Formats: sequence, C-alpha cells, structure tokens
Amino acid sequence: MNVEKKNSFSKTPTGITGLDEITDGGFPKGRPVLICGSAGCGKTLFAMQFLVKGITEFNEPGVFMSFEESSNDLSQNVKSLGFDLEKLKAENKLRVDHVHIERSEIEETGEYDLEGLFIRLNHAIDVIGAKRVVLDTIESLFAGMSDMALLRSEIRRLFQWLREKGVSAIITGEKGEKSLTRHGLEEYVSDCVILLDFRVIDQLATRRLRIVKYRGSTHGTNEYPFLIDESGISVIPVTSLKLDYKSSAEIISTGLSGLDELFTGGGIFRGCSTLITGNAGTAKTILATYFAMSSCRRKEPVLYLSFEESPDQLVRNMLAIGLNLKPQIKSKLLYLHASRPSLQGLEMHLLELHKLLAKHKPRTVIVDPISSLITIGSSSEVRGMLIRLMDTLKTSQINDLFTSLTHLRESEYNDATMDAVSSLADTWINVRNEEKDQERVRSLLIVKSRGMGHSNNQQDFIITNKGILFRNAEKK
Amino acid sequence: MLKRNNVFALDVCQTNRKMAKEQKWELRLYIAGQTPKSILALQNISRYCKEHLAGKYSIEVIDLLKNPQLAEGDQIFAIPTLVRKFPKPLRKIIGDLSNEERVLVGLNVRPLTK
Repeated sequence: MNVEKKNSFSKTPTGITGLDEITDGGFPKGRPVLICGSAGCGKTLFAMQFLVKGITEFNEPGVFMSFEESSNDLSQNVKSLGFDLEKLKAENKLRVDHVHIERSEIEETGEYDLEGLFIRLNHAIDVIGAKRVVLDTIESLFAGMSDMALLRSEIRRLFQWLREKGVSAIITGEKGEKSLTRHGLEEYVSDCVILLDFRVIDQLATRRLRIVKYRGSTHGTNEYPFLIDESGISVIPVTSLKLDYKSSAEIISTGLSGLDELFTGGGIFRGCSTLITGNAGTAKTILATYFAMSSCRRKEPVLYLSFEESPDQLVRNMLAIGLNLKPQIKSKLLYLHASRPSLQGLEMHLLELHKLLAKHKPRTVIVDPISSLITIGSSSEVRGMLIRLMDTLKTSQINDLFTSLTHLRESEYNDATMDAVSSLADTWINVRNEEKDQERVRSLLIVKSRGMGHSNNQQDFIITNKGILFRNAEKK
Repeated sequence: MLKRNNVFALDVCQTNRKMAKEQKWELRLYIAGQTPKSILALQNISRYCKEHLAGKYSIEVIDLLKNPQLAEGDQIFAIPTLVRKFPKPLRKIIGDLSNEERVLVGLNVRPLTK
C-alpha cells in the first residue's frame, strides 16, 4: 500500500481472468462500477463472479442484492459455473437479499424515501463485514414505483452512500435505446462504466466487453471478447498493449537436417513463429510433424492442434512415412488436440488454446492448418485472433508453427489473412508441387527468415516411407 | 324442508355478522427513526383508525434503525411503509399516509367509490 503512488487510487482485483489486465489492476476500491448491457449478456454472472472470487480468493465478504432473481434461483443458476452460494452463505461470507417489489400490493400515498433499502443493505453489509456489494438490477425499482423524480434522487443518494460506506460495488443496468442504461444510471456512477455485448455473427455468438470509462486510470480501450464457460467468465485481452517480448538467440532444429542446413544458423531461433504455406498435398503436415518431433527429442512438450485430422488419423498417416508419434504421446511430450474449426467461435478456440497452454505448458505449439480458422470468421477477426495468439506464444517464448493452405489458382501472396500471418511470422517456408517431365516434383523455398541468412534456392525433396529426403543437396 | 332451509340461512347470516364484528385490522408501520415523515405517518394512521376502526385494530410500530433485520421479512424498501397483515391479502401503503381516502381504500375499510 505504501508503495503506491500519491495520485493513483487503490484498486480491487476483480477475480475475472483477463479483466484486471485490461483495467490495469481491477476496479476502483470502495467505489461503484456500472456494468450495462442488453438482456442475457452476462451482467448477473459477471457481478456474481466478482463477489464469489472476492470471497474465495481475496477474503472479501460480499452482499448480493437482487432485484430480479430470488436467492434460490441465483444459487441454482450459478451452480453450473462452480459457484456454491449456499456454502458461502453458511460460512457467513455471502448474503443474498432478494428485494421483491410486488406492484399490485403497493399503494403510494404521500411522501416517502427508500431508507428501508438503505437499512437492509447496511444491515447485510455490517453483519458479514462485506467489502463488496452487487446491486442487480436496481432499475427494476423503476417498474415498481411511480415517483420517478424521487427514485432518481434516492438512487443518487444510494450511490453516494455506497462511496461513503467504502464498499466496492457493482451496479448492473439494462441497456437503453439511446443511452447506456434504460434509466440513465451512468449519470450517477461516473467512475467506471463497462459495457457488455452479445452478438451473433454468421451464427456464431461472441460476447464482448468494453470499458466505456474509467476515471483516473489507464485502461484498454478496445472491445475485448469474453467467454462464459464452466469455470466462469474470462476476458481475453485482444492485443497486448506492448511489443516488448524478449528474443532468444538460441538455435533450434526444424527436425529435418536437410532443412536446417538451408539456414545459415543451422536451424531457427527459439521462440519464433514459423509459417508453412502450400497447396493441398504439399507435405505441410509432415513438415509440421518433423518440427514437433524435434521438440520432443529436446524433451520439450508439444501441443499439436489439428483442425483437419483426428489424432488417430494423424498418428496413422505419420507412421506411413516412418514417423512414430505414439511413444511421444505416451510419454506426454506430445499432446494432440483435434477440434472442428466451425464447432465454436474464434474466441472459444483462442480460450481453449489458452487453457491447453496452461494445462500442458508446451514449449512448442503447432496449429495445423491455420487456414481452417479463416472459414469461421471475417478476415479481420481471424487476423486479430492470430495476432493475439502469436503474441501470447512469443511472450512466453514458445516456438510456434502454423501451416496454411493456399489455393491452386490464386497466388499465395494475395490473401489478406495470409498477409497478416506472413508479416507476423519470423520464418516463412513455402512448399509446392510442380509437374516436370511427367513427374511430380516437391520443393520448398524459404521465403523469409528474420535475423537469419538462408538459402535462396528452391529445394527439391521426396517423401519416402522413411520420411522426407532432400535431393540436389549439391545445389546449396 | 322449507323450515330447515330458513334456519340454515339464518345461521349463515349470523356467522357473517359475527365475523364482521370480530374482524380485526392487524397493521404494522415501518419507520426509520423519528423523521418528520414517520411521525406524520403514525399520526395519520392513528387518527384514521380511531375514526373508522375503533376497537378493531392493532398497530405495531417497527423502527428499522433499532431492528434492521426485520426489513427483509416484509420486503420493506420504502419508509414509511404501512403493512396490512390482516385482513388478507397483504397490502402495503408507502408514504406518509396523508391521503385519507386512499389509505382507507388500501386498508379495505371503505370500498372504492367512483
């Protein structure tokens, strides 16, 4: 605390993966935060995670004041995210107060205020010593009462009161047509406003989050995709704010001595990204597998993401050319993960990858092929995702290799997504098939290799049942 | 047969009258300290009850500043709130109760006249 700069205020970690990164430390401590969005965008879950993680990770008890769902419903609904509200309640760490306003049984006559609500909230906070409060959704009050002017002034007073009470609060609000919230709550909560969004593009749903405003703090300004799955909400910072990853001078093998020789360094740099492009049937996957095997030989775990072949099929096919993956899989050095690109949105894929990274801690990641992902998103989205992916991998010094299918007719240089990937990749190898004298000739060419001299020749090779063999070695 | 029917009808009639006589208004007034609104509400409801429900009512005043835990049970959010616990169904009248007509309708003392 005493290290803190004079002019910066303290923050409270949100407990939502990735959000602390974007908000540069979390939500403002002791102040209300407004979370708005349309129905079903995850406001309640967002708020609930803030509370539950506050209790389980930071030992900050919390009060959830619900104006919509009953206490039982809430417990049921968040169970799927692994939150056990009943247990937390029993431990006196959490209090859920359902404010139920039945319009039909209420008559208004004369002046009143919402002191009852204040007392309830105050009581709940004091009983468990709460540090965090959620009001979900206070706008329901507008449906239950007729005196709008009074309600507004009382809500303003409530937010002021929350500040004085010094609790970190989340207030949720339904998105309005012209304003952020239907009843203009953003006027009262001006410190930090977060907008959640739920969009369906090409039948694939994506949730996004944007920090509209965060007074007195730096924050990411982009729209960040977020996911709700069995472990709660996670936000993915689209692009990391800096370009400051370290670069290693260590050389690693591509797995093929013939290919290594084409680089003046005798291999490629550790932690760099490699792109292999080529038409169908040009041995991209084989090259990728060689790369994986070389990592296994160094006893460095490999994560192989296959978007076209199932693990079994890949193992069988590689066996045909003399590459046996089974021992590596058995010794857990090689992890094959296959999924259909169209199964889920891009963000889901990225998150899945993040999780796999955390689980297997690979030193090498192979995505085969990256072009399948292009089918599930617009060009800019895919590009964004690839940048994020490469960023993540580079920051943690993981070797990555991507294969990409290029089409026969078009030149491999004219696709926008290809452009993006190729400019990000440090090494780019193009493989091709040509027909010469009634024979198919396979060849590869190093298009570029950052910071490393390389052969300018097209290198012919053949595939035998013992693997790839380079011909014309004397050409070098 | 006729005789028996008459007796039966008389019985029902008597029960009804008996019930009306014994009907009690069980009221609860929630306040938060001695604020002007709370004092006014208490004065108002006491006066209406004396005038219209003499001997047939009970008022329990709950000060939430002293007993904040009682607010949740009756779903109190506004202050002052008058809760009609009996006769059923439960009704809530929020405000300082300055509009006598509306309070009496709300308490089911007087039918809605329009």
